[in-house]
Amino acid sequence: MRHIISILIENESGALSRVAGLFSARGYNIESLTVAPTEDPSLSRMTLVTSGNANVVDQITKQLNKLIDVVKLVDLVEASHIERELMMVKVKADEQSRNEIRSLADIFRGKIIDVTNKTYIIEITGTSEKLDAFVATLNPDHIVEVVRSGATGICRGDHGLHV
Amino acid sequence: MELSGAQILVQSLQDEGVEYIFGYPGGAVLHLYDALFQQEGVKHILVRHEQGATHAADGYARATGKPGVVLVTSGPGATNAVTGIATAYMDSIPMVVISGQVPSPVIGSDAFQEVDMVGITRPCVKHNFLVKDVTKLAETVKKAFYVATTGRPGPVVVDIPKDITDPKIKVPYKYPKKVVMRSYNPVTAVSKNQVKKAVELLLNAKKPMIYSGGGVVLGEASQELTAFSQLLGFPVTNTLMGLGAYPANDKQFVGMLGMHGTYEANMAMHESDVIIAIGARFDDRVTGKLDEFCPYAKIIHIDIDPASIAKTVKVDVPIVGEVKQVLALMIELIAEHKGKVNKKALEAWWLQISQWQAIDCLQYDRDSMLIKPQFVIEQLYEVTKGDAYVTSDVGQHQMWAAQYYRFSKPRRWINSGGLGTMGFGLPAAIGVKLAFPDAHVACVTGEASIQMCIQELSTALQYKTPIKIINLNNRYMGMVRQWQEFTYESRYSHSYMDTIPEFVQLAEAYGHVGMRVDQPDEVRPALEKAFAMTDRTVFLDVITDRTENVYPMIEAGKAHNDMKLRVATGTSTDRELA
Repeated sequence: MRHIISILIENESGALSRVAGLFSARGYNIESLTVAPTEDPSLSRMTLVTSGNANVVDQITKQLNKLIDVVKLVDLVEASHIERELMMVKVKADEQSRNEIRSLADIFRGKIIDVTNKTYIIEITGTSEKLDAFVATLNPDHIVEVVRSGATGICRGDHGLHV
Repeated sequence: MELSGAQILVQSLQDEGVEYIFGYPGGAVLHLYDALFQQEGVKHILVRHEQGATHAADGYARATGKPGVVLVTSGPGATNAVTGIATAYMDSIPMVVISGQVPSPVIGSDAFQEVDMVGITRPCVKHNFLVKDVTKLAETVKKAFYVATTGRPGPVVVDIPKDITDPKIKVPYKYPKKVVMRSYNPVTAVSKNQVKKAVELLLNAKKPMIYSGGGVVLGEASQELTAFSQLLGFPVTNTLMGLGAYPANDKQFVGMLGMHGTYEANMAMHESDVIIAIGARFDDRVTGKLDEFCPYAKIIHIDIDPASIAKTVKVDVPIVGEVKQVLALMIELIAEHKGKVNKKALEAWWLQISQWQAIDCLQYDRDSMLIKPQFVIEQLYEVTKGDAYVTSDVGQHQMWAAQYYRFSKPRRWINSGGLGTMGFGLPAAIGVKLAFPDAHVACVTGEASIQMCIQELSTALQYKTPIKIINLNNRYMGMVRQWQEFTYESRYSHSYMDTIPEFVQLAEAYGHVGMRVDQPDEVRPALEKAFAMTDRTVFLDVITDRTENVYPMIEAGKAHNDMKLRVATGTSTDRELA
């Protein structure tokens, strides 16, 4: 099963490699990993997407908690949450395909953020699943490149992950 | 008070109460060594190789419970320390390793003797720090000791670039009395509810087992373990790391469990209906085949590290907390409880266990014309009245020491259990002897292991640490040979050395006493003579039966009830040689 683990971690050099190193050393898989400082510059918020059975994910959260730099963490999938990922896709947009691509982008509430006479760059946010769906609708021959931020998420309601 | 970084480090160690620092100088730590030179509070022990420094500090830590402290230079000094750091990490030993680093401005430029120590040690430390600001040095040292010694202990590396210790740059010094880290809270409240559930299970058990490990030693909970076990009257087995936490001569003790555990301990684990694991981590050398591990048992697991619980084996009642505290609470709740232990079931259980014990799985040929290694350990036990600190290296001799030296006190049995580091025993013995100069300290080793850190014989002379080295010399890497005999049809691929040093002369060259023993009836007198020389390090080169194997044995991937026992006609090697 897919899990989204949201981690509050000390914003120290090497903190990221402690997490990444833990995953490679113990053979856990990482689907995506994003990290950036929070409103408190001494803390970073990391979102890690992984998959595994309940035992594996239980070990992952325990091992992450054991890292001295990790302040707190939560598995967002355990409760109601919002997940978002940002994607930018550069597609070939020639005369025949320009309109079709634009309407596809509209359907997915994407924005065209760069235009040349041969290409568009489309920005689109949503769950990772939605982004996958968008990519699937495009003609593979039209895709020049795809850049994804990796999923990030937040839990719904009035509680939050903070110190 | 304004001090340089080097002085701050040394003063911090003094304020932390550090007695000994084990180290080796080099370019990146010259400022530190200069500061060490100008004080007397911390005694520096100059080893001959940085691996020796880490093992000596580790031995000191295991024997005293206090953190071991190491000082090494950058680059090769740092990498040489890694084996010892990993050794301490696997056995949860508190250790603080100070490593020099090239000056901050050249970090990352492949400078002379530069290595990314923080990166290299990351997977084998509890935590590590790179000091970037001299004003944070004292606080970082405090944090290092705090992290190393609290919760589940472990090694912590503090990597210090040379410019941080510059004698020309002085900053105000104050050693923090305590330190708070918002991301690290080692103290956890014990769930009374979980303990109650455990008590229910224990009182209703028909075939209970107490399985205790190194956590009981580290957590100073030996007394509680003994009181708890004797209150219930249940059989007790210890892991390799837990030996000594429960007195081996007590009638409730059924011996060590696991790969080379006793027949009775392993059979009892297999048949048990309730197992309480106390400060033990279900290591693969303990469990054998996981699918068939304790198939009938409900399992209670007490551990300070939540990540140890349910890591490999499913647990019915997990209890996170310090074993000392949890056991004390458990004793209290058992005393208050209306229910009592099922005496009748327990009697039947002990009867069953006594039948397993009757097999006498640790028997060996006592009439042999050759020196049997087991006999040497038994004699060592008698000569030292069971009260010595025994360090060991890794291999057959380690298992024989664990099986035949009946440890009755915690912190007396000092070996590399998790990592299995050959070369550990001699430097560790030096660390122990420094901590307890009046105690008997024996290093049980083999002719292969001892050569991995033999240079520390020189350290033993310099610091007058008279230890007794019992070299069980079977002219083989015995454990490797044993596995090759059992699983590779006796193809002894590189498990012997064609050239072995003359250890007696070698010991003498290092300034010690060397003695060779090659007859069974010489073993006892030689040991007595060695231990009578209280001011000399003695190297006993004991020529043992080279075909002897460690029994019982659960071969890798087999279950507890599938043990290889000694056959009456001798070992299969005997037969092959005949």
